[in-house]
Amino acid sequence: MLTIHDLHVSIQGRPILQGIDLAVKPGEVHAIMGPNGSGKSTLAQVLAGRSGYEVTRGEVTYLDHDLLALAPEERARAGLFLAFQYPLEIPGVANVQLLRTALNAVRRARGQEEMDAFDFLEYVKDKLALLEMDDALLYRAVNEGFSGGEKKRNEILQMAVLEPRLAILDETDSGLDIDALRVVAHGVNVLKGADQAIVLVTHYQRLLDHVVPDYVHVLSEGRIVCSGDRDLALELEEKGYAWLNDEAAHTEPHP
Amino acid sequence: MGNDDLRKQLAEQYRWGFVTDIEQDTAPLGLSEDIVRLISAKKGEPEFMLEWRLRAYRHWLTLKEPGWSTVRHAPIDYQGIHYYAAPRGSAGPKSLAEVDPQLLATYEKLGIPLAEREALAGVAVDAVFDSVSVATTFKDKLEKLGIVFCSFSEAVHKHPDLVRQYLGSVVPHTDNFFASLNSAVFSDGSFVYVPKGVRCPMELSTYFRINARNSGQFERTLIVADEGAYVSYLEGCTAPMRDENQLHAAVVELVALKDARIKYSTVQNWYPGDAEGRGGIYNFVTKRGECRGERAHISWTQVETGSAITWKYPSCVLTGDGSVGEFYSVALTNNRQQADTGTKMIHVGRDTRSTIVSKGISAGRGSNAYRGLVKVLKGADNARNHSQCDSLLMGPDCAAHTFPTIEVKNPSARVEHEASTSRIGEDQLFYLRSRGLSEEDAVGLIVNGFCKEVFNELPMEFAVEAQKLLAVSLEGAVG
Ligand SMILES: Nc1ncnc2c1ncn2[C@@H]1O[C@H](COP(=O)(O)OP(=O)(O)O)[C@@H](O)[C@H]1O
Ligand SMILES: [Mg+2]
Repeated sequence: MLTIHDLHVSIQGRPILQGIDLAVKPGEVHAIMGPNGSGKSTLAQVLAGRSGYEVTRGEVTYLDHDLLALAPEERARAGLFLAFQYPLEIPGVANVQLLRTALNAVRRARGQEEMDAFDFLEYVKDKLALLEMDDALLYRAVNEGFSGGEKKRNEILQMAVLEPRLAILDETDSGLDIDALRVVAHGVNVLKGADQAIVLVTHYQRLLDHVVPDYVHVLSEGRIVCSGDRDLALELEEKGYAWLNDEAAHTEPHP
Repeated sequence: MGNDDLRKQLAEQYRWGFVTDIEQDTAPLGLSEDIVRLISAKKGEPEFMLEWRLRAYRHWLTLKEPGWSTVRHAPIDYQGIHYYAAPRGSAGPKSLAEVDPQLLATYEKLGIPLAEREALAGVAVDAVFDSVSVATTFKDKLEKLGIVFCSFSEAVHKHPDLVRQYLGSVVPHTDNFFASLNSAVFSDGSFVYVPKGVRCPMELSTYFRINARNSGQFERTLIVADEGAYVSYLEGCTAPMRDENQLHAAVVELVALKDARIKYSTVQNWYPGDAEGRGGIYNFVTKRGECRGERAHISWTQVETGSAITWKYPSCVLTGDGSVGEFYSVALTNNRQQADTGTKMIHVGRDTRSTIVSKGISAGRGSNAYRGLVKVLKGADNARNHSQCDSLLMGPDCAAHTFPTIEVKNPSARVEHEASTSRIGEDQLFYLRSRGLSEEDAVGLIVNGFCKEVFNELPMEFAVEAQKLLAVSLEGAVG
């Protein structure tokens, strides 16, 4: 579904990602861990199409697309979704308005009929219930005055509404209390299916208790220095990242 | 349609008769006392109107064009204008094929029906046929309630006493350069009178006044709401109108007597000129309302997206105790458009309140200035004002300015002013696009969010159209 080959990315001439290889198949859950500043968000943003990042080498294939050639909205319409580490505020725009506009843009691209306001309201209310969120949230301005936890949940609501094929969650679990974490995990597990894939960027094992990853990768200084199964996450939880850096200094990352 | 049918249709149209003779010759270029007399004579006006025009003309001669605003333009040759002309349709394009394709593309995006596109583009056959019957039923209904809604020319003939009593009572013929010019030569406009205690049951709109389009260049509007009356008036049309005249100098006067309420909404989308600013309208407007009785209430809501130059300051004089003035404004400038707009709130009576919400959006090389005056006179005990002026910038080459002036002569007054300037963020755009929105839709959403408090004040259908209009006006502003 997603194949990243030898991806190099620079920001303002400074190399950030230095040769990422990653293959994600439908039905899989991948976790990407790693210290702050290692390039996890950069990877996520490049996949979603943020401008200002120069891809200096490598390719990314998503479904049948040359992903890097698509505009951000085209990626979204092809079923890619990024839950932002720092969701943006859009003053004056009701949450419900963004959700419906976005869903209809995606539906049009899929050749489906647009949803009118009434059908949409029913549709979104189911999603709210799923995430134990209050209807009132629909009429507040997008992320404006939301607490950190509310913003993260709102990202998951957007994901639930758009029903993406590939969801990338960038530290959606950071700063969540236990209840919120459970709700977010539930949202992800409901989305997950044989045709969907999920990439979780996280620092903590605790999300992975709820959403069990098939693969865990460690990103350090712009490279995937280590890949393994869920046990790797447990090991990291115990030992931290330092030992990996020591090892990485001596061994090449996997091809 | 055969030529005869066409002529019949046109004759139908002019039965509503604001322009009496479409074959009329154009007056010679320039302005003089003779021209003023000619205009008045062509309209068959009573003596008091001619005298008023002449007083205005003589005063205008003593005035200089104001130079205090931020707008810049080539000198206007006031002797190079026809102050009386046959309907401009005759000078316009013969068919849509001759009209600027960009203008037509805009109509299509706004969903303007084909028949209306011709009218808006100023094609010689410019009757909006469908509206004739609408206008008829409309007029009957209003007449039963005693509401007068007609062209200014008609009002001069049918209701001379009302015109005489209120004309110039808020914007005197000496008010300013453009208002004096308008008073001397105004061609036509609208007149509304809502009698005591009557609530006008529908939004009054020039759209229903068939040939309002022809009253263009020096338009004059007078709206009077008698005690306890209510009226909501919509000016303009959300599609850009093609217009041969570069200079527009309109005057709008509102009078709200005791417990009356006037809500005046404008969507101004005159031709802004091309990307280099060529050919756009210069729009110099004087709009003022007076809350002449206790608890009277006037609100101005404007969405200004058109014209090369917009110079207007819809104002409220709060004379009556407990009266309320409001100003809600969105002004958008793109390409080389310039807007210098704002309001004046003059607190005269006790317990008067005013609210100002101004949203300026600048894109391209547009320049946008908010200019406001809040003045609290000695007798205005407990006057209250709250002003909020927000600017949104798109791109590196645009400009926003705010010039708020506050003059308080009464110590019990409370005046608050808030201002903010923000830029449309790359990050916000990316966030929305990553949800599947096109760049245009993303910009539209952000801008509409920015303007929400103003759009909330517009009548429903108008608000929807205004949103579409902003999106269209901002096309190409990013990316
Ligand atoms: N917009 C940016 N401009 C400049 N440097 C950036 C930008 N975004 C990220 N970086 C730099 O790239 C590196 C990786 O950052 P990031 O991808 O956010 O790491 P992580 O998400 O793993 O914490 C850091 O050194 C960071 O300072
Ligand atoms: Mg990060």
